[in-house]
Amino acid sequence: MALRRFDMEAGGDSFAFKPETEPTIAFWLGKYPEGKQRSAVIPLLWLAQKDNNGWLSEPAMRAVADRLEMPYIRVYEVATFYTMFRLQPVGKHHVQLCGTTPCMLRGANDLKKVCEKKIGKKMAVTDDQRLSWEEVECLGACVNAPMVQINDYYYEDLTPESLGEILDKLKNGVDVAPGTFVDRQKSAPEGGATTLKDAGLYDGSRNGVSTLPNLPEAAPASDPKPEAKAEPDKAPPTNTDREEPKVDEAEIEGDKPEALQGDKPADDLKRISGIGPKNEDQLNALGIYTFEQIAAWTPDNVKWVEGYLSFRGRIGREDWVGQAKKLASGAETEFSKRVDAGEVESSREEGDE
Amino acid sequence: MADDLFKLNIDGKDIEVPKSYTLMQACEEAGAEIPRFCYHERLSVAGNCRMCLVQWKGAPKPIASCAQTVGEMRMNPDGTPPNILTKGDYVEKARNGVMEFLLINHPLDCPICDQGGECDLQDQAMAYGRAGSRYALNKRAVENKNMGPLVKTIMTRCIQCTRCVRFAAEVAGVEEIGMISRGEDAEITTYLEKSLTSELSGNVIDLCPVGALTSKPYAYNARPWELRKTESIDVMDAMGSAIRVDAKGSAVMRIMPVLNEEVNEEWLSDKSRFIWDGLARQRLDKPYVRENGKLRPASWKEALARTAELLGGPADKIGFLSGDLTEVEQLKAAKDLAEKIGTKSLDCRPAGAGYGADGVREKYVLNPTLMGIEDADALLLIGTNPRVEAAVWNARIRKAWLWNDLKVGVVGEPVDLTYDYEHLGTGPGDLPGLLSGSSEFVKTFKDAKRPMVVIGEHALVGENGIDVLNAAHKIALDAGAISEDWAGFGVLHNAAGRVGALDVGFVPGEGGSDTAAMLSGGLDTLVLLGGDEHDLSNLGDTKVVYVGHHGEAGASKADVILPCAAYTEMDATYVNTEGRVQMTSKAVQPKGEAREGWAIFRALSDVVDKTLPYDSADELREVLREENKVFAGLGFAPGTAGYEALREAPAAAQGLEKARPFGAAFEDFYLTNPIARASKTMAECSLMKRGLETPVAAE
Repeated sequence: MALRRFDMEAGGDSFAFKPETEPTIAFWLGKYPEGKQRSAVIPLLWLAQKDNNGWLSEPAMRAVADRLEMPYIRVYEVATFYTMFRLQPVGKHHVQLCGTTPCMLRGANDLKKVCEKKIGKKMAVTDDQRLSWEEVECLGACVNAPMVQINDYYYEDLTPESLGEILDKLKNGVDVAPGTFVDRQKSAPEGGATTLKDAGLYDGSRNGVSTLPNLPEAAPASDPKPEAKAEPDKAPPTNTDREEPKVDEAEIEGDKPEALQGDKPADDLKRISGIGPKNEDQLNALGIYTFEQIAAWTPDNVKWVEGYLSFRGRIGREDWVGQAKKLASGAETEFSKRVDAGEVESSREEGDE
Repeated sequence: MADDLFKLNIDGKDIEVPKSYTLMQACEEAGAEIPRFCYHERLSVAGNCRMCLVQWKGAPKPIASCAQTVGEMRMNPDGTPPNILTKGDYVEKARNGVMEFLLINHPLDCPICDQGGECDLQDQAMAYGRAGSRYALNKRAVENKNMGPLVKTIMTRCIQCTRCVRFAAEVAGVEEIGMISRGEDAEITTYLEKSLTSELSGNVIDLCPVGALTSKPYAYNARPWELRKTESIDVMDAMGSAIRVDAKGSAVMRIMPVLNEEVNEEWLSDKSRFIWDGLARQRLDKPYVRENGKLRPASWKEALARTAELLGGPADKIGFLSGDLTEVEQLKAAKDLAEKIGTKSLDCRPAGAGYGADGVREKYVLNPTLMGIEDADALLLIGTNPRVEAAVWNARIRKAWLWNDLKVGVVGEPVDLTYDYEHLGTGPGDLPGLLSGSSEFVKTFKDAKRPMVVIGEHALVGENGIDVLNAAHKIALDAGAISEDWAGFGVLHNAAGRVGALDVGFVPGEGGSDTAAMLSGGLDTLVLLGGDEHDLSNLGDTKVVYVGHHGEAGASKADVILPCAAYTEMDATYVNTEGRVQMTSKAVQPKGEAREGWAIFRALSDVVDKTLPYDSADELREVLREENKVFAGLGFAPGTAGYEALREAPAAAQGLEKARPFGAAFEDFYLTNPIARASKTMAECSLMKRGLETPVAAE
């Protein structure tokens, strides 16, 4: 921010609000109780700036002061405090270029060079009065960095080329629609969605009909006991990091499944939906290596493993046993197909708790 | 523990203070010294300099003591009073840090700064600052601003305490100074660098804790430690503000206000403050006599002999006329001489004034007192504009209006007084029916517990002057303004010497001429004691003996000039508009051969062979005190003491309908007396003011 002073010459000696602005002024004045109309000083300065080709001249500032019966110096203080009030003339299209860190990291400095080349120095107006620019602090659109604001609208995801094109168009009197300038929808990922793309998510075929786990009739095998429910440790899993479950095997309800006997080749357990690398390691530690083993789990075994892995009800819900039976028989599941096709990164995301 | 008291432990000492106190006040009560820049007793609290940090044990951060109200503090967890430390490493480190930040952008140009030697920043940097700065980058520089002919600005020195901004907005009542931009770019300025229009603008110089706002006329003239400082009394208006005259050698270098809570608080009007260059210009430093139509220097002996000649004629053709600035001693000596000569033509009032002749003191002083405005709940101003007639008091009216909800009504010119008032009329004709009006103010005024009626001296001048006084007095009585504990009626004078002169009895005796008659040319000899403001154009053949200190209207008409001392050059008595007897002190020697006024008349009395019975000013004052006991109470304002005299209903006012509307007491605030008219600074102010009053579309 540099020293800001009124451009007295360009400001002339008079200013009047446009007639169509009057209702808006009345709206703002009406918001405050009688005698407190001074509170509307910022909105009125803003309206004056709009009515004065985008900048606040000294007569415009005085007009606001007179209307609010404020001493000029008090309005002057406000007008110079907020950099959104521009005290020098600006072009028809005033570019506010965000130079704050996220935009800077995404190339705002290159955009500045474009502005300097196409418009000139900061706050200089082109000869045709069409363009001017300034650097501003964060405009709050970091996710679409780098970006500029031209008059009232945001132009996002710019490159030196796209900004140059925008400026050229505006210079030639061609309107440019605001928004993003890359292939994305608003702040969505570039090139389209990267998650939640499975069509099955939307037609109901993805996981079959899901049942809500906490309903009384759902997963009766893992029906938690009332006192267990009250234990905070048994809260449902969250996305946040948790400590490794430290479980005393003897205390877990149910039967511990048997470890693998003999020398059989290990299966890729991650092909089961619900088993990620971490769960696989833990299962391996228990001696569980093959689909056959899991396919042979009794409900008591399932209960024990759920207790051991600290996710009550999930094995039943995700039907590990059923999946394992299919996979053991050499058949495929929807999920295993995707795993084999490399579409699933290591395994399902939710497997990596 | 009383409900409104709060216990604190400050530096290990238990004290109890009212809950409304700030922590800073509490610390001072406990005897601790708290440094500050932005805080000022008479301004609102800003809390932005952070210099007054103290430690509150248990608080996570140091506390800005000026902005912390004691009543809002909480006890320690064990219920004991909060422990505050104003000393120790923690507080020292905090102040150290604040000081270092303040000095980051402060140019260390103390050797060429006028504030050097009396600078808060300098003093506090010595007491609380670090030895050096760790800041290695460039300092910022700020453009200097124009604030008019009185206030010089070197804005790079500014530490943004905003005292000047708050003073202008709160005390002076002219919102002209502000802080523009923000952060590193913040600057103090007037709107587009227009000159300040307040009559009190010079006070921002005193308020500025650094050298950003300094006195323009005093710039580079002297260093504070070279000055001889004499406390005295101001005579530029009838308030009798307490001042300090700073002199170097024989010259007055500047005038500063001194705290006098009952009169001027700690403010001073611009006229009183910046008049001093007028004391060195156009001075009469030796006697003159007129010879062949031209004045030529003469010796005292010759001048006194010539005066004696002029006073040798018939007594009823000799008159004594005093001006606005004449001190009591001179008036007393002149009056005694006049009596010895046998003339009854004496006057001290403007031409056409009828008040004061009956000798009832309560009818020509400001009985409710200047400080009384803070107790009043309604004020009626008649024919007076206190903003120019008593600028400092006007600020006090504003204070009462702002904080005590004082209601003000005005009969007279509808001028900007810096506070809201109801305009009830413009002339004497509006007075008789005033209380039967139905306006909001009249209602408040009639219901008021302590209503105050103040009439300007100027309103009493003219044909119906005495009727105006009576009408105003009647309003005061009808509104119940006079009671045992409240004498809410008084006159606001605008000449420092007037009340003293009336107390001496410098008014026409039986059959004597008054001012108007003396000025109309019927006399052989007129002795003028100052009095340059009188209209001297109709004197005709009247010979004039001028006793004064400035070569102006009076001196140009004079046949003999007897130079006397000005108010900074003698110990002299003045009585202010409240009837408060005060004394000036001699700060410098009278110019050249000039003598104190009373001594001139004493010497003259020898020459005319009617020797006055005192040989020193002290002896003269002894006589004064014996003759009029008011002179015995130095510094005392009678206030309500004289309510009895006001109880009596005044004579019915007549002919008010036809009387002219009240006008302004003077055309130009800055040029009301010979000293002011000799002052270059005042001339600049006057030009500036007139320049501002001509309409300018855009500069």
